[in-house]
Amino acid sequence: LKSLLGGILLVAGFAAAPFFTARNDMLNLGVQIFLAIALAQSWNLLGGYAGQINLGHAAFFGLGALVTRILWVGGIPLFVALGAGAVVATAFGVLIGGPAFRLRGAYFAIGTLALAEILRITVGNLMPEVSTIPTAALASYSLVPRYYLGLALATVSVAVVAIVIRSRVGLGIQAVREDEAAAEASGVGALRHKLLALALSTALVGLTGGAFAYYHVSYYPQHVFSPAWTFDAVLISFIGGVGSLHGPVLGALFYVILKEVLALRLVELHLLIFGVLFILVVLFLPGGLVEAWGRARRLIVRSS
Amino acid sequence: VILTQQLILGLLVGGLYGLAAAGLSLTFGVLRILNVSHGELLMLGGYGAFWLFTLWRVDPFLALLGIGPAMFFLGLLLYWALFQFVVRAHEELRIKNSLLIGFGLTLVLHTLAIHLWTADERAVTTAYAGAAIRVGTLAIPLVRLTSLVLAFAILIALQLFLAKARWGRAIRATAEDWEAAALMGIPVGKTYLLAFALGTALAGIAGGLVSVSYSISPSIGLEWTLKALIVVVLAGLGSLFGCFAGGILLGLAEATSVVFLGGPYREVIGLVLFLIILVVRPQGLFGGRG
Repeated sequence: LKSLLGGILLVAGFAAAPFFTARNDMLNLGVQIFLAIALAQSWNLLGGYAGQINLGHAAFFGLGALVTRILWVGGIPLFVALGAGAVVATAFGVLIGGPAFRLRGAYFAIGTLALAEILRITVGNLMPEVSTIPTAALASYSLVPRYYLGLALATVSVAVVAIVIRSRVGLGIQAVREDEAAAEASGVGALRHKLLALALSTALVGLTGGAFAYYHVSYYPQHVFSPAWTFDAVLISFIGGVGSLHGPVLGALFYVILKEVLALRLVELHLLIFGVLFILVVLFLPGGLVEAWGRARRLIVRSS
Repeated sequence: VILTQQLILGLLVGGLYGLAAAGLSLTFGVLRILNVSHGELLMLGGYGAFWLFTLWRVDPFLALLGIGPAMFFLGLLLYWALFQFVVRAHEELRIKNSLLIGFGLTLVLHTLAIHLWTADERAVTTAYAGAAIRVGTLAIPLVRLTSLVLAFAILIALQLFLAKARWGRAIRATAEDWEAAALMGIPVGKTYLLAFALGTALAGIAGGLVSVSYSISPSIGLEWTLKALIVVVLAGLGSLFGCFAGGILLGLAEATSVVFLGGPYREVIGLVLFLIILVVRPQGLFGGRG
């Protein structure tokens, strides 16, 4: 309950922020943080709670972005376009889920990675032209609606994961992660639960891709399928604390802000730092920042 | 004629795919870890050959004699610093963690390479780079042919080492069943170390050959990791000649797709093949056990 209250306060704070500052760079930073939260939280549902390392997350992000962009630029109302993007991403997820979940552990990871690369290369070949918001729409482009859409999306993704993991289904999902055979023996259908986690995860990231398509003025269609999106999701989840609700939020804040600070000095340097940090987390601190925070607090409580 | 020419080129590049895959297969088969930074290690080897040639005019084929041991040493270092922590875990966690560590290492090496050497594409261009054997209208680039032969020779040497040498047999025993190997008095930790370092050296040598016949840049890592993975899956685990055959098969498949589907889909065919085999026949085309 305490964390629910904290969450509401945080959302309220972010919602009020545009009334105090109209600076575009602050709003941009906000949108990036929100997209990062949604991206990582959606990955976390499948990767953290269901224990399935999906290295093809970019495929679903890309599909959401692609469909939303085409429909929205074509004149379809934004929310319909976003919904369509999410539906396509989810449909694709469920479609490949059956065969993909026949693969275990590392094979699932590299299988999804291969899938995302196939999509990326194919989209790059079919749509080599850069995609830009039409000039008419560009004239009325404003960051504020993007900011609120991002905030809503981040809130929804955290809320969805929070509700799911406390539900019966969510417990089943986590049981499958811990021990698939034991879960099956207790009447928890492993495939069904993994598919459900995948469907929710892809729906959320499809929406995130759609929000990106609505936010970003011009990019190559191939770009939204880039493995970098998967890498971001994995890095943020793990550094924040994989398999926890706060982890991706904390990780996203840390990741985006540090990236901004470092970008002023050297481009791409942030990846070096996050790469090292990521390795350290995997080796020595499997709970990420959330665990570090918990340990620090216990230490303080004990010593006082 | 175009098809034949493409098939020849495919055959030639296939040897390198096989060599790249052999290193990955070795670490995967013996340590039961999946090192997804294999392509980045290959990239490092490529830069080694490139700089040795650019700065000191060292012949790239000769440079392999230096790159091999240097990468072997780097492998020792990486195992000692990172992967020795991973192999302590039980099977499933081991593979998952190695995947994640490799992924982190990928980011680090990739970013480091961009900083040190810029993102430009580089290639070693020797005086004899253009030489080719001509058969009618077909051309067989000499450098690539040499690479293929070298790759094959290295795999034979490795196979001999694994079959005959004391440490080679220790590696095979550990791959078969590490607990039984440990009970027989084989120092499993050292065997792991050796196998990982050998895998790294193989990646480095493959990279050196890539820089001579093709080109390298900091971002080739993922592509080569995927190629090596495709070949390992094609070949099945634990078979070096399977790797070589799988590599050539992939090269030929790519070449065929270039002719019939066009160049842009060259990368797709291998990945599609990969997915089909993963789902239909997880033990690989040449592998026996699952």
